[in-house]
Amino acid sequence: MDSLVVTGLVRRYDGVPVNDGIDLTVRAGEVFGLLGPNGAGKTTLVRQLVGLLRPDAGRISLLGRPVDRRLVAGAVAYLPQADLAIADLSVRRALETTAVLRGLGRSGARAVTAAILDELGLQSLADRQVGRLSGGQRRLAAFATVLAGERPVLVLDEPTTGLDPTSRRAVWAAIERRRAERGASVVLVTHNVLEAETVLDRVAVLDAGRVLACDTPGRLKARFGDALRLELVWRDEPPLGDLLVDELAARAVVLGRRWQLRLPAEEARSALAALTSGPALRALDDFTLATPSLEDVYVSLGSSADLERV
Amino acid sequence: MTPSAVPRLGTRPSLAAATGAVYAGQIARARTARVPLLFVAAFQSIGILLLLRGVVAHHDDLTGRVVVAGTTVLVAAFVCLNLLAQRVGVLRAEGGLDHYAALDVPGAAVALGAAASYATLMIPGAVITAFVGASLFDLPYGRLWILAPVLPLVGAALAGVGTLIGLLAPKHELATVAGQLGMSAVLFLGIIPEHRFPLVLQWVRDAVPSTYAVDALADTFATHVDWTGVGVDLVVCLAVAVVTLGLAGAVFRRSVR
Repeated sequence: MDSLVVTGLVRRYDGVPVNDGIDLTVRAGEVFGLLGPNGAGKTTLVRQLVGLLRPDAGRISLLGRPVDRRLVAGAVAYLPQADLAIADLSVRRALETTAVLRGLGRSGARAVTAAILDELGLQSLADRQVGRLSGGQRRLAAFATVLAGERPVLVLDEPTTGLDPTSRRAVWAAIERRRAERGASVVLVTHNVLEAETVLDRVAVLDAGRVLACDTPGRLKARFGDALRLELVWRDEPPLGDLLVDELAARAVVLGRRWQLRLPAEEARSALAALTSGPALRALDDFTLATPSLEDVYVSLGSSADLERV
Repeated sequence: MTPSAVPRLGTRPSLAAATGAVYAGQIARARTARVPLLFVAAFQSIGILLLLRGVVAHHDDLTGRVVVAGTTVLVAAFVCLNLLAQRVGVLRAEGGLDHYAALDVPGAAVALGAAASYATLMIPGAVITAFVGASLFDLPYGRLWILAPVLPLVGAALAGVGTLIGLLAPKHELATVAGQLGMSAVLFLGIIPEHRFPLVLQWVRDAVPSTYAVDALADTFATHVDWTGVGVDLVVCLAVAVVTLGLAGAVFRRSVR
């Protein structure tokens, strides 16, 4: 059975559609991503998925039943962007009370809390107040509450924003364990390309309230064929007048001293070889040649905003 | 889990467990701000007591009783009406209530838990104020036991109003303003004896829930106590608490959609 099926979803604010005819399916045991810039409608979409907002049109089915708050509470652990409700609690108390609110008894809540603190490496922060932690630690504590009281579906709105790389990997590992060992389905909102490429089975790219594309990260990237991304960073002024540099300049997206080019693989390799063996090398500060990322997919889909690359 | 299996759904907590969890969440806030809050809540009222001790004639027993009762209830209004309205307004505006709504915490548990936590926080300041007032105005300490039923009831009634303001105000800044205005009304209508108001303001006074707590307290300090009247006043406080907290629960359930 599919975990979530969204059909023709429309939600407007003041007459302006924030979700504009969204269709998507999250399969059981899948880590499904919603990728898009700020204002793409991702949070509005997930708030409808968890019954906090009523759609203006369309249907949402959760585990085969129309979504409502009672069903959501039994089936979904939701991580909102705001954590004000737990900010005054210690990390331990936040986990315990959340576990109690998910129906566990006191002793069960304590046992689950101890296990999660251990899993996420939060023991040293257990008795600190959530609101007084650093931004990243605070986000990790909020994520921990999602795991307190097992649910078959996790809906996570930007779980790793502000986390250091170690904590981010701890979150990804915890998500993967829930999926692999317990068959949980995960909906993960992100605007971080690295996160999207690392943990997602499938991803829907959203912009301006619409799904621009929905597929596995690999297949989305394959749309680029053999294109490569060449990035050149000049020390100072680029050596215009050099035939090759002039030719690249005409095709590059210029961001200050940084040039970005998308070229067929063979052309990219030969251009880089010529640059690094000729006089232009002295003017080069740095260069990268990379296979397409989801960001390239995203840009090619006509999105109006850039994604975060970490 | 095989793809076709229906996952096991989680269970719901009891109303008591849910209320306890909300209470714990909100009382934690109170704990971190306990000292400054006690200072502001009690010292505001004690300041008014000292000021009025200099104004009220020593033989004016009625005014003395009303002043002590009014300033004690003012502590409840400051914490349960003003601060709670602000807190709920901010929680709602910044998505903090989503945490409870997504867990399907019953509206009654959210309203009761939040109200109970702020009522708990108010009690020390109100008790201190009442003792200081009794000593300044030569009222019988032996009657202060009446605080035991009055404070929880007026706390619940005003917390119900405060929660409603926080949930219904279109912006959280307006919740703050409304909470402060409400507290000013409690102060103004609470520390002046009823017979000194013009008729219209006497009606307004009767419409404010805190009045019944003020009357219950002031009447208990009298030489001859009308216990029936005190009982009726307490029942009114209880009724207001039940109605406003019930409404707050219903509004909470609706407000997150």
